[in-house]
Amino acid sequence: MEDLIGSFEKKDNVSLGKMLKEVENQTPLSLEILKLSSFRKGKAHIIGVTGPPGSGKSTLVGKMCKKLATMDLRIGVVCVDPTSPFTKGALLGDRIRMQELAKLPNVFIKSLATRGNLGGLASSTADIVQVLDAYEMDVILIETVGVGQIEFDVLGVADTVLLVSVPGLGDTLQTLKAGIMEIADIYVINQADRPGADESVKDLNLMVKESGKREWSPPIHKTVATQDSGIDELIHDITAHKKYLERSGLWKEKRQTRNVTRLYSMIESLLAQRVEDHINREESLKAKVQDVMKGERDPYTTSHEIVDRLIAKHNSYQYGG
Amino acid sequence: MQIKVVMAKLGLDIHWRGALVVSRMLRDEGMEVVYLGNQFPEQIVDAAIQEGADVIGLSTLGGNHLTLGPKVVQIAKEKGVDALVIMGGVIPEDDIPLLKEAGISEVFGPETRIESIASFIRSEVNQSIA
Repeated sequence: MEDLIGSFEKKDNVSLGKMLKEVENQTPLSLEILKLSSFRKGKAHIIGVTGPPGSGKSTLVGKMCKKLATMDLRIGVVCVDPTSPFTKGALLGDRIRMQELAKLPNVFIKSLATRGNLGGLASSTADIVQVLDAYEMDVILIETVGVGQIEFDVLGVADTVLLVSVPGLGDTLQTLKAGIMEIADIYVINQADRPGADESVKDLNLMVKESGKREWSPPIHKTVATQDSGIDELIHDITAHKKYLERSGLWKEKRQTRNVTRLYSMIESLLAQRVEDHINREESLKAKVQDVMKGERDPYTTSHEIVDRLIAKHNSYQYGG
Repeated sequence: MQIKVVMAKLGLDIHWRGALVVSRMLRDEGMEVVYLGNQFPEQIVDAAIQEGADVIGLSTLGGNHLTLGPKVVQIAKEKGVDALVIMGGVIPEDDIPLLKEAGISEVFGPETRIESIASFIRSEVNQSIA
């Protein structure tokens, strides 16, 4: 523990790397790291970058980082790539698009595999971001896996969400569908040197306008990340969005909501674990589960019975009756 | 625990196919492989620090194994990184003892079966955890 607190004060990359490794693997030590970092977080601007596979998210994040690094900021990058459902292995290939960041001392990159999580992020992402935040990163960029229409876990972690798309992914109707198209604070049409870029921008413009009058109207950017084109303008709007969040009170509100959401999700998983342990300890409950397995008992009644019994037992224990 | 490998092409050597094929195969062995592409020793070690790598895999067919290979081990030691460093590629037999002496744990030549690389990694990494 002493060592741990010491390394928080030191703020060197080696100890940060070691801490993130504990958190990534959810070791017993990681709980202590998270408790400790919990009070030190909240200052970093967290930017989520999402979009379909191959749209250029990694390249764009690389170029954005390069620019941000010249502004004398400390930058953390979290890149998520998919885990194989068959072997549990993963090929994490985002760093190859960010090679020019390797020599920048103020950029720290962590690659994560989804490890079974389906919302576009790894389940440890929020924890990893928290530790980076506590390590006094000014900006944290989260790059999601390549997403489809409904993977938007990033919304619960990031302050500013960028949706990166490319020209030619369907017609106007695609931009009007619910889901991923609604979540962005900033839209990016990358690979804008390809045909159809202007049409894509037009479709997005229509969609944004139709969304009614909002305090923050999401801007739409054209970029060619491989050629560094459009990056400065994009950074400008990201900064503007941060100012908007602070001005409107959303900066604080989002952090508070996140804290509560995290609490509830932790309670949920803790409870699920406790219930499971309890079932495994009690023969009569185990028998009920067996009956459900065989289809002789319905899961609706049984789940109520199990939970009611647990709570009743807890109450009688607490009040001595 | 999932084994994490940082895989790099050493220095300016351009023969990337082997490193990618091995990365893919280690993925199929259930490991998480971070592919760096071409990097120099300092940057390879930095990536291993950031990624929390258990293994650093170096691929070279370009003749720089004796100069840059040991440098990776040396920088890793200086920075307090205890990852296993292994090497693959076309490397003359005579140079292998020199590499091992410099701290490269194992050298895998052409036609090595992926099973032998994977089982070497597993036994070494599990040993260092225990």
